[in-house]
Amino acid sequence: MANLIRRGRIESGNWPRLDADGLTALATQKQGERDSPAGVLIPFELWRSKHDLCATLGTEVGVLIGDDDDLTEVAAHLPHAGLIAVHFPRFTNGCGYSIARLLRGRYGYQGELRAVGDIMRDQLFYLGRVGFDAFELRDDQDCEHALNAFSDFTHPYQASSDEPVPLFRRRVG
Amino acid sequence: MYVYDSIDQRVVDERVAQFRDQTARHLAGRLSEDDFRPLRLQNGLYIQRHAPMLRVAIPYGMLNSAQLRKLAFIARVYDRGYGHFSTRQNIQFNWPELARVPDILAELASVQMHAIQTSGNCIRNITSDHFAGIAPDEIVNPLTWAEILRQWSTLHPEFAFLPRKFKIAINGATADRAAIQVHDIGLQAVQADDGAIGFKVLVGGGLGRTPIIGQVLREYLPWQHLLSYLDAILRVYNRFGRRDNLYRSRIKIQLKEQGLERFLAEVEQEWSWSKDGPNTLTEAEVQRVASRFTQPAYRNLPASCEALQVQLVQDRSFAAWHRRNVHPHRVPGYAAVTLSLKMTGVPPGDATAEQMDAIAGLAERYSFGEARVTHEQNIVLADVEQAALHELWQEARGLGLATPNIGLLTNIIACPGGDFCSLANARSIPVAEDIQRRFDDLDYLFDIGELDLNISGCMNSCGHHHVGHIGILGVDKHGSEFYQVSIGGAQGEQASLGKVIGPSFGAQDVGAAVERLIACYLEHRDSDAERFIDTVRRLGIEPFKEYVYGKSHSSRTHRERQLASA
Repeated sequence: MANLIRRGRIESGNWPRLDADGLTALATQKQGERDSPAGVLIPFELWRSKHDLCATLGTEVGVLIGDDDDLTEVAAHLPHAGLIAVHFPRFTNGCGYSIARLLRGRYGYQGELRAVGDIMRDQLFYLGRVGFDAFELRDDQDCEHALNAFSDFTHPYQASSDEPVPLFRRRVG
Repeated sequence: MYVYDSIDQRVVDERVAQFRDQTARHLAGRLSEDDFRPLRLQNGLYIQRHAPMLRVAIPYGMLNSAQLRKLAFIARVYDRGYGHFSTRQNIQFNWPELARVPDILAELASVQMHAIQTSGNCIRNITSDHFAGIAPDEIVNPLTWAEILRQWSTLHPEFAFLPRKFKIAINGATADRAAIQVHDIGLQAVQADDGAIGFKVLVGGGLGRTPIIGQVLREYLPWQHLLSYLDAILRVYNRFGRRDNLYRSRIKIQLKEQGLERFLAEVEQEWSWSKDGPNTLTEAEVQRVASRFTQPAYRNLPASCEALQVQLVQDRSFAAWHRRNVHPHRVPGYAAVTLSLKMTGVPPGDATAEQMDAIAGLAERYSFGEARVTHEQNIVLADVEQAALHELWQEARGLGLATPNIGLLTNIIACPGGDFCSLANARSIPVAEDIQRRFDDLDYLFDIGELDLNISGCMNSCGHHHVGHIGILGVDKHGSEFYQVSIGGAQGEQASLGKVIGPSFGAQDVGAAVERLIACYLEHRDSDAERFIDTVRRLGIEPFKEYVYGKSHSSRTHRERQLASA
């Protein structure tokens, strides 16, 4: 089912989240026997401890971070991460917005930043603003309709990752 | 009054379109109630006991006549002919129909109003001093800053889904009329010795289940850093505030658990990377916002009005009203007037559509077309010529808006309570009315002097009972309504939290308990000048407790024991 929006385009395919067992299982499958997913998401701590193994998977790897991960630790490993996914356990839990803002603004992360978990159309405008450029929407969401969300507001007031200069510095009159 | 430019207008128009789409999806079954709830709350829409309730923002309390007429129109066309002004300078409509709420929001947008973030776990309506800009004790006019904060907080992308609601108040005068010590963030505008404006930043105050007075996070924050510093506080809260327990999720709990020092260190650390960045406010922006406020065209008048002095001598009722409801103004010859929404028999803070229309007219004729909502749930006409006070009083009296009780016992702050609110444990309105009836005699009321009596229907404390000189809290005991009474609370710069005097009372006995508190005070006060709160502070709660629960009134002891065991 198509529920992934990446850089403004709809793509199909979920990236499975792997735990330690899942990672071992995927890594020990022989080349050619693999029913390879487009990519996998691996929790930060696991990824850090099994970094070399992750590099041998032959598929794209996203580092999955949650509210409890230490961002200074994450930041130290950013140069090795091709893709970071931030998990939203519930859409009303907004911790991930600040995580994104910090990864982009404070730690200078420029790779793909994907919002995963309880993601629906009505968060996309804010998620896009704080620095997410990929969105794995909940299964019940209509991706085509959701694309409209990015243009809900024309002139937001605040500075954020998408526009580091606040409106008041660009406003006339 | 701040006047929108095309960008401000577009923001509220686009918000209406967004909510119209969300409501349509919800009504079509494509957005579940669980998913819709947080979205509608961020547009002020609750589902209440009888119907939805819509809370409309009145940023820092400022309204103009066109807006008042629009509120009256909405009350008449979409509701049941009245609205309720709340303790956070908002107005609530109790009977709108869900499907028509997008239309109501569009009506509001047509007069530069909205319901953005009046509920939900986000930054709520910015509140301020209802005498902002006109108070003689003002150090810094907080209005420009309040509007800058309104824009900063409106649709802030990072802080729409905080652990819990977040309330910010700003005060610019010596007296604190914005209750900054009981807000998540309280800002006191100050002026440094060199004239530079800055803010004293308080954090972690709040009422509710765990009432706490805010602590000073920073004595002086230069104005340029206001937004980046608030961003830093909010970011620390958004990342580390608790989300596992609804009752421990306010920033005041985070502060309490971490301690001020650690919390401050985190904020400073967070601020270190964004400080001096693009969010640093500019002189040009402050000027731009300030210049979009309408400026009353004051006339040059003598400081004292002779006609007024004569009227005050000749007309005792007018003099009583003048004493309580008229307030000093920084401009010679002008005064501010409080129109009381606390007439006995009317739920505190309620105004009918006719009254709102009439207030719009009064504002136009007497106060440059502007009015303000106070956190004590009254309306202020801020710029009235002293020579016109008598005439205004006569008109206000005809409208039921001239009860001379500002600062007195019957100026009760009360939430809508169990009559409307689905959170409430008990009703507030009948209790308020019973108390108002017992103290309806003006001479007696004036003799009792300054007294804040606040009523909340539940622990959420919308009626600010913790900071009432007398506070009344509705509690549920085995399915019945009971009321806990506390004394010694206060708002303002000497804010304090009240102490419960003893076992709670049934609804029929609360009024009598208040009467006994007052009798005790009148017996013990050292002079007319000692207010109820002063006497409580001097003597503590014990004498009041004894007086109410009967040690000095043995005939009532048996009944009190019955009540106590209820």
